[in-house]
Amino acid sequence: MEAPAVEGAEAAPQAPSLKMRASGVSVWYGAKKAVDNVSIDITTENVTAFIGPSGCGKSTFLRALNRMNDTIPSARTEGLIELEGEDIYGSAMDVVQLRARVGMVFQKPNPFPKSIFENVAYGPRIHGLAKDKTELEEMVERSLKRAGLWDEVKDRLTESGTALSGGQQQRLCIARAIAVDPEVILMDEPASALDPIATARIEELIHDLRGRYAIVIVTHNMQQAARVSQRTAFFHLGELIEYGETSQIFTNPRVPRTKDYITGRYG
Amino acid sequence: MDGLTVDPTPTDWGSNDMRKRIARRYRSEKRFRAVGFAAIATSVGFLAFLLITMMSNGLAGFVETRIEVPIDFPKSSLFLDPASLKGDGARAALAAADIEGSVAEAAEARFGPGGANLVSEAAWLRVRDLIAENPALLEGKSIFSLPVSGDFDLAAKGDAPPPVEARYARLKSEGAISRGFNFGFMSGSDATDPAAVGIWGAFKGSLLTMIVTIVLAFPIGVFSALYLEEYAPRNRWTDLIEVSINNLAAVPSIIFGLLGLAVFLNFMHLPRSAPLVGGLTLALMTMPVIVIAGRNAIKSVPPSVRDAALGVGASPVQVVFHHVLPLALPGILTGTIIGMARALGETAPLLMIGMRAFIATPPGGISEPATVLPVQIFLWSDEVSHGFIEKTSAAIIVLLLFLLAMNGLAIYLRNKFERTW
Amino acid sequence: MPGFALLFLLAGLGLIAWLSARARAVVLGKGEGLRLHSVPAYHGWYVALWALVPALLFLAIWQMIAPGLVTDSVLSSPAAAALPADAMSRSAILEEARALASGELAGAFNPQSESLAPAFASAGRYYGWMGTALALLLAFAGGAFAWTRLRRDFRARNKVERVVMIVLLTASLIAILTTLGIVLSLLFESLRFFSRVSPLEFLFGLTWSPQTAIRADQAGSSGAFGAVPLFWGTIFIGAIIAMIVAIPLGLMSAIYLTQYAHKTARALLKPMLEMLAGIPTVVYGYFAALTLAPWVRSLGVALGIPSSSESALAAGLVMGVMIIPFVSSMADDSIAAVPQSMRDGSLALGATTSETIRKVLVPAALPGVVGGVLLAVSRAIGETMIVVMAAGLAANLTANPFDSVTTVTAQIVQLLTGDQEFDSAKTLAAFALGLVLFLITLLLNVVALRVVKKYREAYE
Repeated sequence: MEAPAVEGAEAAPQAPSLKMRASGVSVWYGAKKAVDNVSIDITTENVTAFIGPSGCGKSTFLRALNRMNDTIPSARTEGLIELEGEDIYGSAMDVVQLRARVGMVFQKPNPFPKSIFENVAYGPRIHGLAKDKTELEEMVERSLKRAGLWDEVKDRLTESGTALSGGQQQRLCIARAIAVDPEVILMDEPASALDPIATARIEELIHDLRGRYAIVIVTHNMQQAARVSQRTAFFHLGELIEYGETSQIFTNPRVPRTKDYITGRYG
Repeated sequence: MDGLTVDPTPTDWGSNDMRKRIARRYRSEKRFRAVGFAAIATSVGFLAFLLITMMSNGLAGFVETRIEVPIDFPKSSLFLDPASLKGDGARAALAAADIEGSVAEAAEARFGPGGANLVSEAAWLRVRDLIAENPALLEGKSIFSLPVSGDFDLAAKGDAPPPVEARYARLKSEGAISRGFNFGFMSGSDATDPAAVGIWGAFKGSLLTMIVTIVLAFPIGVFSALYLEEYAPRNRWTDLIEVSINNLAAVPSIIFGLLGLAVFLNFMHLPRSAPLVGGLTLALMTMPVIVIAGRNAIKSVPPSVRDAALGVGASPVQVVFHHVLPLALPGILTGTIIGMARALGETAPLLMIGMRAFIATPPGGISEPATVLPVQIFLWSDEVSHGFIEKTSAAIIVLLLFLLAMNGLAIYLRNKFERTW
Repeated sequence: MPGFALLFLLAGLGLIAWLSARARAVVLGKGEGLRLHSVPAYHGWYVALWALVPALLFLAIWQMIAPGLVTDSVLSSPAAAALPADAMSRSAILEEARALASGELAGAFNPQSESLAPAFASAGRYYGWMGTALALLLAFAGGAFAWTRLRRDFRARNKVERVVMIVLLTASLIAILTTLGIVLSLLFESLRFFSRVSPLEFLFGLTWSPQTAIRADQAGSSGAFGAVPLFWGTIFIGAIIAMIVAIPLGLMSAIYLTQYAHKTARALLKPMLEMLAGIPTVVYGYFAALTLAPWVRSLGVALGIPSSSESALAAGLVMGVMIIPFVSSMADDSIAAVPQSMRDGSLALGATTSETIRKVLVPAALPGVVGGVLLAVSRAIGETMIVVMAAGLAANLTANPFDSVTTVTAQIVQLLTGDQEFDSAKTLAAFALGLVLFLITLLLNVVALRVVKKYREAYE
């Protein structure tokens, strides 16, 4: 099945091309192996969903993709992860740049206790992306518009980001990630802390952003995976069990374990 | 969707500018980290510097210089019959005899004019004690190894005027000088001659004061903690008690001194300079510390223990005294020891209640004039005589060792009995 | 009877009461299907408390009224007829006679007190025995009364527990009494001070020279109580110099320990940092006066700045070091309270650790850090020994850190040590200074705790 055309996307959809490639990736927490020998390709123009029961390693693997696991002292990663052909764990790769290129949105909205404007401007400021104040303001406005938040906050940019509602906070966090113009956006259960209406808005937003960024979303909600993604990977006990077109995974899984999970035998 | 017409070109991370910028950011990262390390190194370095200074100044205070003085009692002007030193009259006979004079006389005879100034003002006490032990000494000539005076002691440390140094060198080559551990420092009290001072008097004062403090502060503190944590109803009175305790814990110690002065001395007319009043004052200061530590310890006893005891029909008082208190006791003790360590190092409030007098004998009880170690340090630090520097630092070493021991005990208790529920 | 012997006797009586009542309860509890309401030990405690508490209370009251009774009986004795009418010399003689009778004095200065001493001794003995007899009587009466109430269904436990509760409540009231004692004693003495010196002069006057005249013709004998130089000195040392040292060092130490240091390094360095807080202030003061002050002075001289041997800088530097662990532990707590997700959010955007700390963690933790700094200031301005030993006593209104300044606490010590009559304006001034110090530290603490509490709530 082909993804529906993105409404409002300014660029014509191009053919998906390879963005990130993981081969034989394992992650340990101390002596415990959380991700076991996972190989997967992430492509542009697609939303890739990681599904699986909790504790299956999908979030851990996601955090390996922008080296957020580095912040956990006991975590250790093996295998090769490439971004556009560059080894992200290689010495030539700079972790600061990597995280700017591979952005991340977390499970719980985590706006900084600063103004809405400063939240979005934070990334461009630290990376020196704006030449002057006007350009910075343009970037903030553009990011908030892309995140679908502009109309709601344009009159109160100086208010604290923590004063927004949960759904707005999460879109602010997405705007914050977009502001540094990443190539890939990793989303770790971005809607799990939100109510159904806010969730629907986030899903809509993911849909809109698909043409511009390669998006990887971790979700425990299979309907959500089916709704927003084009490709789905099923993880279980740290292993990648099955990876393919979302329609195929949900209608015709090849591996029995995937079928058991999809049909609700466990999870 | 995109409201702006201009679509930005993707960031070129490989550009020269960007590379320079990243390098700059990493340099600033390194700098920040180095500043952090420098901050902690400065703090710890200061601690090390302070301790080393005290050590290098103070260790000499534990060493005394002795000089050999031959005293020929039969020939001296001392009139003391050895026979009178047997039986009941011995102390009176010794007290009546002018041993101090004959020691001075012997020193003058041995070292020439001014010789009496070479021996410590407390040297004759040592001679007296030796005679009391062995009256036969009075019948002949014997050589006494006596502590030198503070001024002459400086010569031993190369810190005296050249003529004194020269005299010291001459006597030393004659073999009349020896050095050894200063037992007098551990057993003596305050004196005007730095060579004769000791810390036992101040130490005993500290000990008596701490006993009064703990006898009062511990039960009151523990009972308050139990009441507030286990029984107190939520009302205005309880709030008032809590606010009082939290504020008392932050009141400057000198204010407690003013309280002690106004209430214990001027209102209740308790004896001035006494460990009793010092202990009362410090108890009021330590009590909030014990209450706060006690409440935390009691709070950490899980409710399930109380429920279990209540479930088998124990009364609320039995629950607390049979179950909660024993489980919370290690935590309470840890807090108490830390509070007592703070009280032991406290100076200012004790100055207010007059514990700064010159006290040359150890106190006999809690209502007799006394001083305490930190105040003794303060008094000695004010002395002009150069010999007091090493004695002050030596007293500081003793005080720090005690504090270290107390805190060590607290840490040991915490590690030994700490449990996670 | 000597006090200790009497207490010992009473304790023995209490033990006998406890044992016998317990035995009695055991007997009461014997029989078919009969059960005591309370276990025997509670019956024991009940009787023992009745035997001891009234007797001890009586003794405490007796201690207070007995000296008055003794004096009265001495005054009515024939030997007292010859006493002078003048109240002052009369009480001096009585006091001396009392000391003579109790053996505190070996010989009397005044022959009259010598003649009164036997009267004192006999009256003392008389009332001493009377107190002993009454106390023992009360102990027996209390014990006997309690004994008669022992029954199988007697609720001894509830009665004993009520006593326990009263003891606990009384203990916790001591905190209020202490606070009340502080406030009242400071207020009372301060009011006496302000009846002699106008509060306006005290709070806003620029000259501090508390020497009151011994002779009327002495220069500067009037005594000036303008405390502004003291307030300035306190702020200069405690809130400015000490904080310039303590805030950066404390904050950066906390940041390094929590964000950068290895576990083993942290386990080693943190206790060492905390040791700084455990060193007695008199040791810091000695160090400041002996080691640091000469350096500071020669530095000032080398810079061409007028310097004195005691300086605000030496005292402030050492005080700052003393406060470091305080600031660092407050900063540590505040930074630890910032949720991990903030840190992750910043790192995930490609910020470096230091950028995350400087731009996200510290700003987020700022209220907590500010609260900690306020507490640190409150502690610094209440600190006494360092300034007494190293800052000097000259009430200079100067911004030169190499000059000597004095503080509120140093002046309190100065005013109250040495031989002073208690009523002079000079000694009373110490209480007025104490009141100001108490109020300011109280205010700082209340504000700081409120700020910290608000901040904690924000992240819960």
